[in-house]
This record gives sequence, structure tokens and C-alpha cells, in this order.
Amino acid sequence: MEQYHWIPFWPRTAAISGVVVNNLYIAELGLCGLIMAMVVGMMATFCFRYRQGSTASRAGRIEKTWHWEIGWTAATLIAFLVLFVWGASIYIWLFKAPPGDIEIYVTAKQWMWKFEHPGGQREIDTLHVPIDKTIRLVMASEDVIHSFFVPAFRIKHDVVPGTYETIWFKADKLGTYAIECAQYCGVQHATMKGDVVVMTAADYAAWLTAHGAERSLAQQGAALFRQYGCSGCHEPRSTVHAPSLVGLYGSLVHLQDGTTVRADERYVHDKILMPNSQIPAGYPSNVMPSFAGEISEENILKIIAYIQSIGSPRESQ
Amino acid sequence: MTTIAVDLPRNYANAENTIISWLWTRDHKRIALLFLFSITLFFFIGGAAATLIRLSLASPGGLLQPAIYDRLFTMHGVTMVWFFLIPSIPTTFGNFILPMAIGAHDLAFPRINLLSWYVFNLSGLVLLYAVIMGGVDTGWTFYTPYSTLYSNGYVFAAALAIFINGFSSIMTSLNFVVTTHRLRAPGMTWWRLPLFVWAIYSVSIVMLTATPVLAMDTLLICVERFIGVGIFDPRLGGDPLLWQHMFWFYSHPAVYIMILPAMGVVSEVIACYSRRPIFGYTGMTIAMMSIAVLGFFVWAHHMFVAGISIYSAVVFSLFTFFVAVPSAIKVFNWTVSLHKGSIIFDAPMIYALGFVLLFTIGGLTGLMLATLAIDVDLHATYFVIAHFHYIMVGGTISGFFAALHYWWPKITGRLYPETWARFAAALTFVGFNLTFFPQFILGYLGMPRRSYTYPPQWQSWNLLSSAGASILAVAYALPLFYLGWSLFYGRRAGPNPWGATGLEWTTPSPPPTHNWERTPVVKLGPYSYDPVDGSYTTQDGTKNAF
Repeated sequence: MEQYHWIPFWPRTAAISGVVVNNLYIAELGLCGLIMAMVVGMMATFCFRYRQGSTASRAGRIEKTWHWEIGWTAATLIAFLVLFVWGASIYIWLFKAPPGDIEIYVTAKQWMWKFEHPGGQREIDTLHVPIDKTIRLVMASEDVIHSFFVPAFRIKHDVVPGTYETIWFKADKLGTYAIECAQYCGVQHATMKGDVVVMTAADYAAWLTAHGAERSLAQQGAALFRQYGCSGCHEPRSTVHAPSLVGLYGSLVHLQDGTTVRADERYVHDKILMPNSQIPAGYPSNVMPSFAGEISEENILKIIAYIQSIGSPRESQ
Repeated sequence: MTTIAVDLPRNYANAENTIISWLWTRDHKRIALLFLFSITLFFFIGGAAATLIRLSLASPGGLLQPAIYDRLFTMHGVTMVWFFLIPSIPTTFGNFILPMAIGAHDLAFPRINLLSWYVFNLSGLVLLYAVIMGGVDTGWTFYTPYSTLYSNGYVFAAALAIFINGFSSIMTSLNFVVTTHRLRAPGMTWWRLPLFVWAIYSVSIVMLTATPVLAMDTLLICVERFIGVGIFDPRLGGDPLLWQHMFWFYSHPAVYIMILPAMGVVSEVIACYSRRPIFGYTGMTIAMMSIAVLGFFVWAHHMFVAGISIYSAVVFSLFTFFVAVPSAIKVFNWTVSLHKGSIIFDAPMIYALGFVLLFTIGGLTGLMLATLAIDVDLHATYFVIAHFHYIMVGGTISGFFAALHYWWPKITGRLYPETWARFAAALTFVGFNLTFFPQFILGYLGMPRRSYTYPPQWQSWNLLSSAGASILAVAYALPLFYLGWSLFYGRRAGPNPWGATGLEWTTPSPPPTHNWERTPVVKLGPYSYDPVDGSYTTQDGTKNAF
């Protein structure tokens, strides 16, 4: 973990998002410093020059104020709009997660971070990732709202129970960086911490092998898919009129109400817990039972990994 | 033995001397003092919690147990927000000064005014019950589903206290709106209202429209926690983000409820002590009214990383920048109001200048938080804590102390000791910056809020902050002593010790029970100060030499 003894002039960060955000930071700090210096400078000058008893002339005070006020309203508005556009464009880039080179599932619970790699490797409070790869995190919470925060990457996203949140990063410096929970989540909120370990591709591969799980996440999901009885209806050979899940993941699903929805992890998650919403066109409702309360967020993630593994839209088309 | 009753001519304070006459009073001035008493009590309760928090954070491991620490920051937040900051200036100086500033003999509904004080104290008692029984550990924001399912504290009682408290806000603000509309003296047109009245009026509108939403929020929390109806908890089919939308729909306008009255006070004080009209009176009123309106369209800027649609986040960011524009205009106008004045650095002016500087820092850091990509990094860190303390403490509480000193002679008929007061004002400014500036740096380094422990490398910044808090505590306690002293030994003030132009300065100090023998007639706008010959003209048209 980096030691901060004094504010570094150019903040050190360890991901490609870091530099992008830092440039904006410095521009904005500079602008704010300028405005502050202007206000303090004017105030100090006026306070000294026009203190009671000073001989400075008070004649010719500005009486018409409108053009001044319109002037500084326009100036601040323009400066603000620049900041707005700059900040918003980075935000959209940050929060529209691209397809990742590696997708890692994160489960937050009081008071720990659990990570699951595609190969089935599991770890708690430490996340090993390779450098220069886009890592996409799919995050779920078992209990209350948490917030995944890596200061050195300048990224943060709340993890809200009942839904999936995704965030991505691409680390560009080797090292160990702090993970924090930024959302108050109970008595030990302050200790809900972890580390991201950024490794070289070779070290990461070695780490994966050393911590290799017997079965990959998708294989574990396949077992759960049978254990919870999903396969009884959703297997292609099944006699029940249920949609086949082969090739489902990532495709567009046409719904009964005429809208379409992308079958991403959030959709699959919601269908497991709330099967009677977002019914696909041509299928009856009130057939599938809800698994809310029966299945943990961790297991849902494994099932999603399985569904993902049985085909993407490209293969089904 | 001499007492005030013997010393001073007959006035609102000594007209009757029984305790019942105070508890049953309908006089807005007496009710203002009742409120002053109640909120001072809560200010010191909330302040004690803050002191313990800063004491605990002096050490990286935290000196207090986590569960105690969580209860303390929750109590600090709840007490300071609903039991001090929101009622602070409106219920005391709004109550005391607003009717006099518009030439009225009392508020429109004196009985509702008294009822508001009783309801306020009732809510305070319920809050104290929650604290004594074991406290609440949710933070003042009560985020679901933690508050409805997981927290072991007395959430129900605390939510009920806030529910009841809201009715006091509604009653008081309703009273101000009706009074401003109906009871202005002849000649007191809207464009002749002092900016303090405009501030209280705009804030009352915000209170009237926003507070009912808070009542719904707290009620829904109680319903889910007590009966188990799924509203916010996803396990019961609810939506956790719904709470955040509903909570901030009230609580963001509440930020403006807290700061607008202080803006009004500062405008009065800066005009009076620089002996010249305020720069851009009309612009100032428009700015306040637009802050009041725009404040309702920015609530989701508290939720940029909460998982709302990124496009709605963009819209809320834009509106947040818009609401910053009128605030910036006000800062420029206050600053230019010093130009070619004849500035006197008495205590209220030192507080007011401190307000402008601290509010500017709070506002500029607010700009950073409005910038989406930067908020992603800074959200829920100490940067946010420092930012809103610059506005709420550096801004509102400085405004409150400016008002307290400025109107103290009017309220008590006595002058406070100027040297002590200047010292306290300067000490507040120093202590405040020492407490909260290091928190900007801590937040930037990534220290999350509401943490009882932190890595050892952050200790020096935390120690600085805690040291500053001890100075701030002294600066806030000092007025208690010298103002208390002045009640008995202060010099007589006379009706208008500062040479101010508002109508309230045309009655004796302290004012008689119904403020005026005869309703004044208003001939002028506020702030007819002339820095060239030093003269000033009160709003009833009397020109005076200074």
C-alpha cells in the first residue's frame, strides 16, 4: 500500500481511469483555486482600502449593478458547463462497462468481499488480477448496501442488494492497492477492507494454477442447475414448454409487452428471483416458481456463469 | 439587588415575570427565546457527540468501541440537522425579527407559533428517549435495508422523533409565509423587504413543500421495520434505492433550508457594517428564490454511484451546476458590497466575512462533487464530510452567531463585550479551518466516512482535525459566558446601536410587547447607508447621522 505522507503534486494512481480522472481533478482544483484567490484578493483589498477611517475616496460607487451581475453569471455558467461536460463524458466511459477480458464475480456481505474467478478460484478480501487487462466486476450483495472503492483506481460503485452492479478497471501498475467499503454497512463497516494485487500475466497464470479449483465456476453452476431442478424444464429435451437457455446469454429477448431486453446477468438474476416479471413472448406466466430466499447470491452467480457458458448469441445465430 | 425588571423600561421580557407567562406566551419574541433555549441545548448535545467523535479519531485504532462510535455519529447528525441547523435561524431570529422587520405586531398565528415550540420539544424528548434506551446506529441518512432490517438500534423512535419534528417545521414556516404575505406594514412592498425577510420567506416555502415528504419517508421506514411490509427491502420485494430518492428529495432541499437563512443574515450584516447598500439587491432576491426552486431538482446527486441510470445522473449533475450559479452570484455580490464602503470590523462582521470565505470554499468543493467523474472518487469519503461542514458549520453556524451578536442588543437591550466577541469570532474561523480542511485531504486520500478506525499513515491529518475541534469547541462555548455576563452587566444598547436601517431598529431595545405603539409606515427600501457622510436612513424615512 502506498504511503501518503504529504499530498503528492501529481496524484499517483494505478489504472488507466486514474490519469483520466486526475487530469480533470487538477484542472478543477486549478479553477477553484483561481476563483478562491479572486474572492480572497478582492475581499482583502476592499477590507483594507475601505476600512472605516481610511482616506480612500468613496465617490463614484457602482450604482448600476445589472451588467456586472449578468457578466459574472455568464462567466460562471460557461465555466460550469465545461466542467459538467468533461466530468459527464468520463463518467459515462467509467460506468458503461465494456465486455471484460476477465469477468470476476464479487459478493459483498457484512463485512467481507468475496471474489470468484472464472476458473472457480475463490478468495476473500484479496483480489488478484493481471496487469493491462480489462477486468469486469459483477457485484452482488448478500445483505445491505456496500460500496466497492479502490482509491488508487479512482473507481467506486455501490453494491445494492437485489440487483447486480458492474464496474470495470484496467490496472497499469504492478502493486497492491487498498479496497474499501465506502457505504456505511454496520458496526464493522470500517474494517470491511481488502487489497487488489496487480500481477504480471505470467504471475497471474501461476497464481490461478496454484489456487486452481476442482471445477470452474460454470461447472459448479451446472451442478446447481440440476440440483435446484432448473434442468427439468429448461433442458432442450425437456417436455415442459420452457424457453431453452442455450444461446440465451447476451441475446435480445422479446417480451410479452412488446419490449425487448438484453439477457445480461441482471436479467437472469431477476428471472430466477422474480420469474413472473419480464415474461418472454409466447410463454405463459405463473409457471416457474420463484427462488427468492431459496438460493444465495453466490449460487445465482454460479448458475449465471453456467448459462453464459452454454452459448453466446454468436453461436446460436 | 438590581434586576433587569427594575433596570429597563417595560418591555416584552419584563411585562410579566411568572414562568407560566413564558410557557403560555403568544408573543413571537418570547417564543423566539424559548426556541433559542431549546436549540442551544441540542446544539451542545450534538456538539458533545462531535467532540467525542474527534477524540476517538485522534488514534488510528479508535478510542471508542465501534458500536458506541456509530451511535455517536448518528446522534450527532440527527441532532445537528433536525434539532439545530434546520430550526436554528428561522425559529429564533426569524421569529423575533421577521415581524418587526416588516412592521407587524406579531406573527399571523401566535398560537400555532407556540404550539410549534411544544411539538419541537416533544420530538426532542422522543429523540432523547431513543438515545437513552440504546441509541441508533444507522447514520442520519437511515439508508435501507440496513435501517429497516439489520440495525439493532432504536430506529423506530428516532424516525418518529423526526416525523414529529417535521410538524414543527411546517407550522413555523406556514406562519412566516402568511405573515410575510398579509402583515406587512403600509409601504412595505415586496421590493422593499430586507434580504433577511426574503431569505426566511424563501426558506419557508421550501420547508412547507419538502417537509411532508420527510414525514412520508419516516412513516414508511416505521411501516417496513415494524409491520414488515416490503417497501425498501429487496427480500420483501422492495427497492433500496427508493429510500434514497425519497430521503434526498427532502434532504437536499433541507441543505438549502439550513443555508438560506444564514445568507439573509449575512446580507444584513455586511450592508450595515460596510455602511453602504448591498450590491445587487434584486439579483440577491432572485438568486435566493432560484436556489429555493432549483434545490428541488438536484436530489439524485447524492446517488451518482448508487446504481441509478447513468443518463439520469448526467441530468442531475447538470442541474447541480445550475444551482451553483446563483450561489456564486451571491458570493460575488457580497464581496463587491465591500467596495467603497466604510467597513467596521465588529464581531457580527467578522462572522459574516468568515461566512463568505467558508461558504465559498464549501461551494467550490461542491462544484468538484457535482462533476460526475470526480464524485465517483470522492463520494462517501471525508471530502464530502468536509464539504458539507464548510456549508453547514462554516456557513450556517457562522451566520447564526453573526445574527446572535447583531440582534443581541435588540433582544436584551444590552451590548455584548466587543473585544471578547471579536476574539470568539476569529477563534471560530481558525478552529473551523483547522478542523475541517485536513478532512478534504483525508477524503482525497480515500478515507471513507463513518469509520471508527483508519490506517496509521493518516493519523497526522486526523490529529490536526481533532486539535482544531478542541479550539472550535472553546470558540462555540465562549459566547455562552460573555453573552450571559452582558445580560446583567452589559452597557445599555439604545434602540439602534449599530446605526442599522431595518424597521426593527426603530423600536426601543428590548421592544415593547406589541413591538410598536403605532404601526410604522415604510417609505424606503432597505440599506440606505451612505459611506461618504456616514449617514443612514431607516426604512420609515428618518435620516440619522452616524
